[in-house]
Amino acid sequence: MSEQDKPFIEVSNLTIAAGGRDIVRNVSFAAKKGEVIALIGESGSGKSTIALSLMGYARRGCRITGGEIRVGDRDVLGLSRAALRGFRGKDIAYVAQSAAAAFNPVKRIRSQIVEAATLHRSMSREEAGRRQKALMKTMALPEPDSIGERYVHQVSGGQLQRMMAAMAMINTPEVMIFDEPTTALDVTTQVEVLTAFKAMIRERGVTAIYVSHDLGVVAQVADRIIVLKDGEVMENAPAEDVLERPRSGFTRSLLDASETRRLDLSEGHDRDVVLQADGVVAGYGRIRNGLPGYPVLHDISFRIRQGQTLGLIGESGSGKSTLGRVLAGLLPAAQGRAMLNGRPLDLRDARRRSKLDRRELQIVFQMADTALNPRLSNAEILGRPLTFYHGLRGGARRQRVMELLDMVRLPAHLADLSPRELSGGQKQRINLARALAANPSVVICDEVTSALDTVVANAVVELLVELQRELGLSYLFISHDLGKIEAMCNEVMVLLKGREVERAARDRLTAAPEHAYTRQLVRAVPQLRRGWLEEVTSVPAAPTA
Amino acid sequence: MDSTAVPARPTRRLRLPRWPVLSLIGAVVFLFWAIIAIFGDWLAPHDPGAFIDSWNVLGPMTHQTWLGTDYLGRDVLSRIMTGAKYTVGLPFVTAGLALFFGLLLGVGATLLSEPLDTALSWLMDTVNSLPSTIFALVAVAGFGTSIPVLIIVITALYIPSAYRNVRAAALNVSRMEYIDAARVRGEGHLHVIFREILPNIVPNMLTHFGIMFIYIALLLSGLSFLGLGVQPPEADWGALISENMVGLSYGAPAIFAPALSLLSLTIAMTLMVDAVSHQNRER
Repeated sequence: MSEQDKPFIEVSNLTIAAGGRDIVRNVSFAAKKGEVIALIGESGSGKSTIALSLMGYARRGCRITGGEIRVGDRDVLGLSRAALRGFRGKDIAYVAQSAAAAFNPVKRIRSQIVEAATLHRSMSREEAGRRQKALMKTMALPEPDSIGERYVHQVSGGQLQRMMAAMAMINTPEVMIFDEPTTALDVTTQVEVLTAFKAMIRERGVTAIYVSHDLGVVAQVADRIIVLKDGEVMENAPAEDVLERPRSGFTRSLLDASETRRLDLSEGHDRDVVLQADGVVAGYGRIRNGLPGYPVLHDISFRIRQGQTLGLIGESGSGKSTLGRVLAGLLPAAQGRAMLNGRPLDLRDARRRSKLDRRELQIVFQMADTALNPRLSNAEILGRPLTFYHGLRGGARRQRVMELLDMVRLPAHLADLSPRELSGGQKQRINLARALAANPSVVICDEVTSALDTVVANAVVELLVELQRELGLSYLFISHDLGKIEAMCNEVMVLLKGREVERAARDRLTAAPEHAYTRQLVRAVPQLRRGWLEEVTSVPAAPTA
Repeated sequence: MDSTAVPARPTRRLRLPRWPVLSLIGAVVFLFWAIIAIFGDWLAPHDPGAFIDSWNVLGPMTHQTWLGTDYLGRDVLSRIMTGAKYTVGLPFVTAGLALFFGLLLGVGATLLSEPLDTALSWLMDTVNSLPSTIFALVAVAGFGTSIPVLIIVITALYIPSAYRNVRAAALNVSRMEYIDAARVRGEGHLHVIFREILPNIVPNMLTHFGIMFIYIALLLSGLSFLGLGVQPPEADWGALISENMVGLSYGAPAIFAPALSLLSLTIAMTLMVDAVSHQNRER
């Protein structure tokens, strides 16, 4: 065996326990020097736990109970506390999902990056300063010489994520762990960050472990893909094989879930308009002369017909959630009018809305974790709107709660549990059922699938479409995920910095986008094809707006 | 759906809190003092004012006087038992009152209007900045000392801290989307306060109640020690310590018994607070 083929990272029979249960079971894999290994799986599959164990670290409540981890010639699990301190950050570095939480907001970014080097006494302060600038350049950050002087709030999310990778790289580690580094980013930003990561990995020859739930992203960076489910390896093969010739059924289901799908929708150009908005202007701060202090939305108009779905897409900060909040009455609009089922809907003062208006227009929030009161049972959560809008009590209310659970395909015995005892997908269904309890005609869905795994999210989207067919609901579907929008929306509105830049039927939007930004958005959706990233970046990026 | 298929609503499970052993010990000790505070007047072996043994002042522990005699030859155990209603009861009542008003103002301020919130917060910070012992001394000097005056003064002193605590907790909860969901539904303030916010800040309030209890017990004992708290012939533990100060040089149980009682009470409460706040964090 030549020196080149010898595995650099070797994990054998790794078992990690938490709360008396094995959350990682008998996981073995190896990586050669300079190879990029992707760990992929749904939430709870143990992918992050495995990645962290490579640094000899187990999260609170977890314990590495068996197996062996070798990095280079070190036995990681046998290292002393002091040896681990020298090992982490110097020989092995970690890039977390949320860079915003990993940086100290009151210190300059440069000093935090330099500190990572001086802490290990691996180089002088001046040397570290020079390297910091060089790395900022590698990461394709603007003004690489001076951008480090900024604070966390002065850079964008994508820039911060790249700076975090620069921090991880300052000691030229042999191994880098990327833990969902682009999950919190917009797709257009994700492309830039991925390109920078890939260039850096190749340039510096580091061995990398890339943790992600997104096959499209993994397809671009990984040499080898390890598919995990419930802490066990389902498949471990070169990336091409996993993507093109998957052997395990689970991998196939993951691949299927990331395919773009188009659910059958009912067409109805001649149906009644259920919700209509004209010239909505809204934002934050005091409203003066019909303009808010910090305007977010400019002159938004749309109409949604009965049984139809309008998709609203845009990146974070584009104002799409703000529009949902304005319509729901949580944020007063500065200008604009709206009609709900032919009646004027008060956008300026929600307290003046009638109970009928409130009942017919419901909103489902993104995070089911915070949208459901943890101190109430699911039956109480669903029962309250029944009592409030329909005056149902006692047995009648109980029965209707059961019908609602059935409607969102949940078993009846969940009624008396607390939402804390449910899985993410189940919680989101309760969240949806609460809106349905009102018998609405329009439901605003604010990023309802963003916090869910692909398979679960697809099921929620299918449920939404089925309910639409059964109940004749209309949706305003807010999302940053073009795939979901394409799956279930008749018409799509693209928002950029609070303005509508394009509106089209779903087929035309992806096939022939008109506005430059829409084209960029459509192109930036990761595809399972290897080499997609290079194709995207070789085309000069269109200027945004 | 067939109505017979509707499962009956199960009765709410009554679960004993899973507290650590130390906190359970704290709870037992506190319960003990609470029982003494309520029934001490009837359970006391002697009349707390009677001179049992006037020849043997600051006497040792005997089978007749379990905790010895005080500087006038009265039974220390009986005096501690009858004093418990002040040392345990007064902090309990005043901390409860302070929490009640703090809750009313704190939740009200977060929900009603921003100017009111700002004005209240300024006012509360002003009161909070007064040193509590000095303020209590001045108030007692001004209004004379009596149990009602003590209750009013101490409640007023502790409302700001309760207000701050409740407001902070309520603010956190009011940012949750389920509050938004209730708002969108068109719920009134009362529903939002009692059904959505309150159940979520109860652990917080229990913790703060315990902390206030400890501070107030110490403040009251301090006032009594200075002679401005509970007045003779009644005496709380602080007064017992104060009147038996001479016994310090003799190592008389008359001074150690009330001091240790006070210590056990506050430690017991601290241990309980610990358990509640831990439970809160794990959630």
